[in-house]
Amino acid sequence: MGPELRSWKEPHRLVLIAIGIGIIVFAAVNMRWDWLPRYSGRLVEGVGTTLWLLFLTSALGFLLAVPLGLAQAAGPFWLSGPARAFCTVIRGTPLLLQLWMLYYGLGSLFAYWPEIRESWAWPYLRSAWPYGVLALTLSFAGYEGEVMRGAFAGVPKGELEAARAYGMSPLTAFRRIWLPRAIHRALPTLAGETVLQLKATPLVATITVVDVYAIISRVRQDTYLTYEPLLLLALIYMMLTGVLVLAFRWLEAKVPVKSS
Amino acid sequence: MLDWITGFAAWELLALEPPGWGGVLLRGLAVSLQVAVGGYILGFLIGICGATGKLYGGPILRDVLDVYTTLVRAVPELVLILLLYYAGTDALNRFMALIGAEPMNISGLAAGIFVIGVVQGAYQTEVLRGAFMAVPFGQIEAARAYGMSSLQVLRRITLPGMLPHAVPGLANLWLIATKDTALLAVVGVAELTLVTRQAGGTTKSYFLFFFAAGVLYLTVTLVSNVAIRRIERHARRGMPAVR
Repeated sequence: MGPELRSWKEPHRLVLIAIGIGIIVFAAVNMRWDWLPRYSGRLVEGVGTTLWLLFLTSALGFLLAVPLGLAQAAGPFWLSGPARAFCTVIRGTPLLLQLWMLYYGLGSLFAYWPEIRESWAWPYLRSAWPYGVLALTLSFAGYEGEVMRGAFAGVPKGELEAARAYGMSPLTAFRRIWLPRAIHRALPTLAGETVLQLKATPLVATITVVDVYAIISRVRQDTYLTYEPLLLLALIYMMLTGVLVLAFRWLEAKVPVKSS
Repeated sequence: MLDWITGFAAWELLALEPPGWGGVLLRGLAVSLQVAVGGYILGFLIGICGATGKLYGGPILRDVLDVYTTLVRAVPELVLILLLYYAGTDALNRFMALIGAEPMNISGLAAGIFVIGVVQGAYQTEVLRGAFMAVPFGQIEAARAYGMSSLQVLRRITLPGMLPHAVPGLANLWLIATKDTALLAVVGVAELTLVTRQAGGTTKSYFLFFFAAGVLYLTVTLVSNVAIRRIERHARRGMPAVR
């Protein structure tokens, strides 16, 4: 049976969809949702914070991943060694531990330094979000740096030799051929990594950054409800994931791929 | 002024005996590993059933399994862990009340294994399904033509044939499982990350303890990597080298 035959109009799917709608209606009627209007504004703000964190840290992390990948693929040992060690450490320890290490560890160290406490940066260093941004950025860079290493290494040698034969300087060849080709090769993994990054963002709520997860935790504390806020939260993340996946599918259709 | 250097270098805090916290950290690591191993095995059982159901089950079972794997992979692990932790303990206690038993006090360990298992199950279902599909159907047909029973086909053809395709994905999921146990800190399971924060909070040398815990996690990953490479080499024996 081909996928085109498995449409939602099949009878068993209609039954399943009906059961699904029934569960949603049951949840809407029998569970307590009266808190929703009171928190809706803050929830929207929380989703905004989550998305803002997602895009900022993914973009910064990707910018960091390019030199990390390049260093591992072509750098001398004193560059490739540290880059590989960085990726191994980031990928080998839990993100929650990294986040708490930066926030509690680094954050408490700064407090000992009067020079820092009196400097302009102190209001930022005292708040939580810079640590969240830093941890999420480093994590994305660690995972994507490994992907970029493979992408740089996988660009055919002949293309780079052709660029040199055209008289391009190494920098020009890198800018015109190597980097664009490597990014092109890494694009398909970017969708998956970004979804993983979205699913990592709620961790920042454990260091008091107010994202959508933190708002829901607040609702749970205020109303003593267990399931309703968490189910809504799961629904919000599902929708965000769905939108991300669709957006990347659209983006990938825009990037020309030579069909071989 | 540079108290933090002495704070960082206060290695005696890592001593195994009580004034030091080394023993506490190692017990936390033991809990983390128990949860990871238990959850991974539970996830493997779910994955086997899920993959079989997705490949050979009826249309309803297939759709239900699709919903399961899609939901689990679209929702953050942290949210899933909270939901499953409360829902799982709640459901079990209601069940105990239903059969007239005392409500059980579920240990964080058991709940953690359950939660990690359900999350792992969704991912392992997909990995195993892909591996099952990678075994050429002609080989299975040939085995049947030789008169092997379906159990023999499974043991002699399907399992050895799918192993090289399943090992990289399953190995990756094992590494994810060891790191996902850290999320149980949020629901108060005394695993490595949570006891590390408690140790740091009590002694105020956060950096030292998080550093030590990082080394422990990294050791688990690196030791796993060595074992994975061995298993992979064994599973791929007789196959052409990749790249």
